[in-house]
Amino acid sequence: MARLEKQVLIERKHGLHARPATLFVQLANKFNSSIKIKHQKEVVDGKSIIAILSLGLNKGAKIKIIAEGEDAQEALEELATFIKENG
Amino acid sequence: MIKRKGIVASGGVGIGKTYLIREDDLFVPKKSIAYSEISREIYRFEEALIKTRRQISNIQEKISKEIGFDHGRIFEAHFLVLEDRVLIEDVIKQIKNNRVNVEYAFSQSIKKYIDTLLKLNDEYLRERVVDIKDIARRVIKAMLKEKSAKLMSLKEKRVIVAHGLTPSQAADIPKEKVIAFITDVGGRTSHTAIIARSLGIPAVVGLKDITKNVKEADNVIVDGFSGTVIVKPTKKTLDNYKKKIDRYSKEIKAAKKPKIGKAVTKDGRQIDVSANIELPEELGLVKKYGADGVGLYRTEYIFLGKRDLPSEEQQYKAYLNVARKSKPAPVIIRTIDIGGDKFLSRSDVPQEMSPFLGWRAIRFCLARPAIFKVQIRAILRASAEENVKMMFPMISGIEELLQAKKIVASCKKELKKEKKKFDENIKIGAMIEVPSAALTADILAKECDFFSIGTNDLIQYSLAVDRANEKVAYLYEPGHPAVLRLVKNIVADAHKANIWVGMCGEMSAEPTLAFFLLGLGLDEFSMPPPQVLKIKELIQRVKFSDAKAAAEKAVNFSTAKEVEKYLKSKLRKVLDKDFFNFLNV
Repeated sequence: MARLEKQVLIERKHGLHARPATLFVQLANKFNSSIKIKHQKEVVDGKSIIAILSLGLNKGAKIKIIAEGEDAQEALEELATFIKENG
Repeated sequence: MIKRKGIVASGGVGIGKTYLIREDDLFVPKKSIAYSEISREIYRFEEALIKTRRQISNIQEKISKEIGFDHGRIFEAHFLVLEDRVLIEDVIKQIKNNRVNVEYAFSQSIKKYIDTLLKLNDEYLRERVVDIKDIARRVIKAMLKEKSAKLMSLKEKRVIVAHGLTPSQAADIPKEKVIAFITDVGGRTSHTAIIARSLGIPAVVGLKDITKNVKEADNVIVDGFSGTVIVKPTKKTLDNYKKKIDRYSKEIKAAKKPKIGKAVTKDGRQIDVSANIELPEELGLVKKYGADGVGLYRTEYIFLGKRDLPSEEQQYKAYLNVARKSKPAPVIIRTIDIGGDKFLSRSDVPQEMSPFLGWRAIRFCLARPAIFKVQIRAILRASAEENVKMMFPMISGIEELLQAKKIVASCKKELKKEKKKFDENIKIGAMIEVPSAALTADILAKECDFFSIGTNDLIQYSLAVDRANEKVAYLYEPGHPAVLRLVKNIVADAHKANIWVGMCGEMSAEPTLAFFLLGLGLDEFSMPPPQVLKIKELIQRVKFSDAKAAAEKAVNFSTAKEVEKYLKSKLRKVLDKDFFNFLNV
């Protein structure tokens, strides 16, 4: 099982809140791999809206997406692209 | 008697007793459970989650049906919370490890997350907290098997008072029991406002602390025209307002009779008084309040909150629907007035320091002709109904207008080739809302069929005031001599070029300024539907010659206060006392 990670930057004015966070979690839940989000020292479940909102990801936050599982590669690519376009 | 001023969300006047919707503080009893009860508690939790899911899904369906698909989508986050693995696991862990009842475990978990989110001190997250609390309340209610809202059992109609209504609360309220809505928070585009407007129920929002100033079953007056809420009014105030309501309901009835239909001054000048709409659902109000047509149909709602751009067919259907339902009255469709940032990933958009001076409206559309063309083709196809006009927002100079017209011409050519029907002579107008356009109206007038003055932006740009900034909001004065002079110039230039000129800003619904605008020779007034009756009656009760004389004098005063005072004294002179008091100027 692959464990892959990628660093991305939140560039959107309002950070990863509200609608983008909702869409991110919906997207994450489409994959079988486990998805974790690391921000500073905290690591949370990327499939949990509450956990992601609790990170309070504002503009300029650097996060690491960690995917582990069969479709980790695909998941990582799609989620990173999503953050790039919407985050 | 307490008087509070808030933001006008939906017009009309309502008087009645209050009904307070409190935010539940999620307090639930703590009970210890036996080991053998753990599985039962977990089962109850699952049941409550499923029940809540079904509830929200029903509400979503109801809202989609009543207001439109897009507003139903606001519940997507609700569903995610109900399925949230971290939350569910946390609750189960507490039940197992701490041996507590599920209601308590759940409320503790939720509280933990809400506290974290509130600590982040972010206004977007605060809004999310309202959603999460709403879901938590439902889940707990489902577990406690609480009975449905007390409001249902009330015999009389009430004024709903709340801190801020969540979409699901708003959907739960039986509308036939509502006189008016008043809330502490919210703006013109908040959910309460949209629902109230589409139902034609008066609403005032953004009252800050109204929930602290009323008790259950207090008498209140809600004036949805001026944004005033009066708690425990004196008999005199109450009587005055009762008269106002009587008159208002008589007017609605009278407006249905064709003889009151047109706004013609005593000396025979006819004015079109049209309505601004944001959603197709508001078309009912356009007819109800006797508007002569749709003077501004905002199309942004078709684009907002979607991941994909609406197709030509989707847009065509939306415009066609509005055109058909309005027939034979005219509809002026405004092409999108949003910033590039609203298109999410569709375009790479830079962060803007001053979005109002930035990449939006016609500027964005001309830079992205592919997106613009889809909308223009859809509008052109709807124009086959022959009552559609098109206008472009935020024109700042002639080049933009010519460029936009060129795109229209090429779309027409395409449609002809494809043998699709459209109105060959569709009228095209420019919104005049940028000072540079106001000052070069003579040049622009040669290239379009009409003008529509957008006062909200025109005032903000010419006085350099951001109305949302409380520190400078006092400078936002529609009656400022600079604004009046710009408007005078626009009207004069339009008439010199033999085109008509309207106004689709809030200024046209202010009685004193409407009198001034009538005097300048403005041909069309367009405003939120509930304001139409008042302005129509005003026009019917005055002479154009009086208004003209007043307008000529008004532009020469030095301050907005002097202008207001002068126009008010003129109105008092020409109107009968009753109607003057009714206008409440």
